[in-house]
Amino acid sequence: MFDKYTIDPATVANTGPADAPTGFSFTTKLGYYRGLGLSMIEDLKVSIDGEALPREAITFDEGEGPLTLDEMETAFDRRWPFGAPATIHVALPGGFPAGEHKLSLQQRLRISYMPFPSFNNDEKVISL
Amino acid sequence: MTSKIKRGVSLYSFQEEMFLGKMTVEDCVAFGAQIGAPGIEILPEQNMPTFPNISDAQVGEWRDMLARHGAHFTCYDMFLDTKRRKDRLMTDEEQVESIHRDLILCNRLGIRNMRILIFVRPDILEKCVPMAEKLDVHMGVEVHAPWHLEHAWILRTIEVADRLGTKHLGILPDMGIFMKHYPPAFRARFERQGARPEVCDFIVEQHEQKVMCEYTIFEVAVKMQGNKAEVAMAETLRHAPYANPKRIGDYAPYFRHIQAKFYEMNEDCTDPAIAYDEVIPALVKAGWEGTLSSEYEGNRWIQDVHEVDSREQVRRQHVMFERLIAQAEAA
Repeated sequence: MFDKYTIDPATVANTGPADAPTGFSFTTKLGYYRGLGLSMIEDLKVSIDGEALPREAITFDEGEGPLTLDEMETAFDRRWPFGAPATIHVALPGGFPAGEHKLSLQQRLRISYMPFPSFNNDEKVISL
Repeated sequence: MTSKIKRGVSLYSFQEEMFLGKMTVEDCVAFGAQIGAPGIEILPEQNMPTFPNISDAQVGEWRDMLARHGAHFTCYDMFLDTKRRKDRLMTDEEQVESIHRDLILCNRLGIRNMRILIFVRPDILEKCVPMAEKLDVHMGVEVHAPWHLEHAWILRTIEVADRLGTKHLGILPDMGIFMKHYPPAFRARFERQGARPEVCDFIVEQHEQKVMCEYTIFEVAVKMQGNKAEVAMAETLRHAPYANPKRIGDYAPYFRHIQAKFYEMNEDCTDPAIAYDEVIPALVKAGWEGTLSSEYEGNRWIQDVHEVDSREQVRRQHVMFERLIAQAEAA
């Protein structure tokens, strides 16, 4: 229900040394009408120009320290509150490519009362 | 006949503005009180960022804040994360424990109604009745489309409540079950996504005639070779029941709170889709005394084209409630 707000395009930035970035990060919100325990965030798929980046390259931090997506599966004591920004970091040698590119995010959530997973999709054109 | 129906708002109604940081919970409470709807329904998992860890100081701050605006709590919307773990479902004991946790917080907040998600099993709720009775919290199973008042799944909860003779288990109807007309906001969104007007006309007319949804979905998907938006629109009919408002009186003893769902109000403060003009007279006739709690769910249908104004939508719904209640009282 909040898909189009899940990537904050103004926050996309390279990480690591300025002349040799090792990745990039951006701010995201949970596209759902309530907060959710991190163990129920099944996947955060990040793609550039339609090409998915490896799951292992991604970490998530809602403010309590970065976790890999595999670590999130058992982070039973942590929650991502409603409307709260969190940071996704992607390890990518060279950082986000120069020029205009499409950044997309798919959040896959395990919502207990729904018979199937819930997907939130967003795509923003980024020019760093 | 003077009605004792009370009016309120669910904070769910303002999710767009709260998500975007344009309204705080206090703004929502103040607005409800200002339009004569001081009953506040909360979703702790939405509105309390530290959930489930809520200190006594936080409880005090909430209660003080509501009192400051002349508002009061009406209902606590619980959730149950049966799929919290990837490897297995919660055991029955874990489910009961989670519901107990919510009943206790509900009671600490001074709230006497709890919305139970519809998928929670009646036998699990039966195990929670002693705690609900002890804390004097009514557990109302949300009767949400595509279920309806007389769906067999809902009747199971009624059967448990009758068998136990308890006043602390029942239902909590969501007015989406009284969708008499197809919401224009839905149609408009599908048109923007590429649904052809003639196909939209067909789907709306099929709903108007109350044709069982699977006929329409087959017609659109197979015979008309509908595009993605058209098939998606036809599939919304699976969740668009029009339950019989005349049966409200039979079930009124089992509910104390109503989620007054709506998708978009007309400028003249009428609802183009939900049959409030039939529901409210039935509630007044039944002598029902609970709260009509606004649940605006239109943001997701319009946010692609214009800014959402939840306050204006909720305001219009309450103008309608005032009018319909007064008319029913005078009848």
